[in-house]
Amino acid sequence: MATPVLDKADAAGSPEPGFADSPYITVTMRIRRFNPEISAEATWEDFQLEIDPKERVLDALHKIKWDLDGTLTFRRSCAHGICGSDAMRINGKNRLACKTLIKDINPEKPITVEAIKGLTVLKDLVVDMEPFFQAYRDVMPFLITKDTNEPTRERLQSAEDRERFDDTTKCILCAACTTSCPVFWNDGQYFGPAAIVNAHRFIFDSRDEAGEQRLEILNDKDGVWRCRTTFNCTDACPRGIEVTKAIAEVKRALITRRF
Amino acid sequence: MSTTETPASGIGPVEGDSLYSVDNPAPVIEPPRKRTKKTPKSTRGNFELAAWLFMRLSGVVLVVLVIGHLLIQLVLDGGVSKIGFAFVAGRWASPFWQVWDLLMLWLAMLHGANGLRTVINDYAERPNTRLWLKGLLYTATVFTILLGTLVIFTFDPNIR
Repeated sequence: MATPVLDKADAAGSPEPGFADSPYITVTMRIRRFNPEISAEATWEDFQLEIDPKERVLDALHKIKWDLDGTLTFRRSCAHGICGSDAMRINGKNRLACKTLIKDINPEKPITVEAIKGLTVLKDLVVDMEPFFQAYRDVMPFLITKDTNEPTRERLQSAEDRERFDDTTKCILCAACTTSCPVFWNDGQYFGPAAIVNAHRFIFDSRDEAGEQRLEILNDKDGVWRCRTTFNCTDACPRGIEVTKAIAEVKRALITRRF
Repeated sequence: MSTTETPASGIGPVEGDSLYSVDNPAPVIEPPRKRTKKTPKSTRGNFELAAWLFMRLSGVVLVVLVIGHLLIQLVLDGGVSKIGFAFVAGRWASPFWQVWDLLMLWLAMLHGANGLRTVINDYAERPNTRLWLKGLLYTATVFTILLGTLVIFTFDPNIR
């Protein structure tokens, strides 16, 4: 068992001075600031702060916003990896600030934090998510049945049928995958991994009856065929969804449907 | 009588009142894809599917064709030193090698052109740049394919 940190009564043989029992370290947060009311240019700004390396990047951002510079703007809601609000590019990789521990991203060097790429930055770390959600809406991410009557009992499904799309139900729409995709970066017309993942969730749901329609939507010029299997999305997903695999399954469904 | 306005709920005015109410409901979001004015109405179709499939199938066939071609031309039977007018003339006397070379030419050109087409789609940002690059690509592809086909079929071993 580790010695409790507060228990420092015995001064006998205190180790290295300064960092005696304190878990705190000094980290530099290098944040990409953008404020259209001040300048059309985004700039890097460094913040030095004392923080426990077991805390998260989100805690560091809170410290900056609450104690150092109240104008720092970012989105977060639940702060526990469920709401998907605080996806950002941390040390060049898309992650959730609330699921990234300081100690895991080499706090000896400055930690760079910037807005996710490919969407319009509104201020600091906040982007306009509208194109992302438009692509999401386009795949009709809701149950569609041909029978329009209100069901009188639950729509049942076997455990195997549920398992078929289990992986893609985990999406929290944080946009980490879509904004890590180089094809999306170019013109933003590609549907993007997140929309395809959410289409996959219904295409392979045995209760849903609009799989054909969704496949047709994703057969678009900017649909699944623009995927270059770079696996950036799979690497970026904070929920560990096998995004590229889901996209490949949609491609396969499109081909086997035709031939 | 007091003239101060007290909000009915007792809560102060919230920053940015709700935009929508019963009389002014939130807009209904149409499911079909409509992103920008420039986005064409229907970009669906099976062209991208066919192109994707073609890349895979032609790739597999090309592995056989190209490795066979390289072996014959550069490795087997004396290697590169044997290649000359007579060697090519001898090979193209047989319809088998004519078809082999024709298939290789067509598949390699279309495979490469389609690959470049996707690269242009991915990297060219302005529509005009895209248009010109693709125009150049298609012209070069058609020219090379036609010229190659012409040569394979009209090759005259007795040319002076």
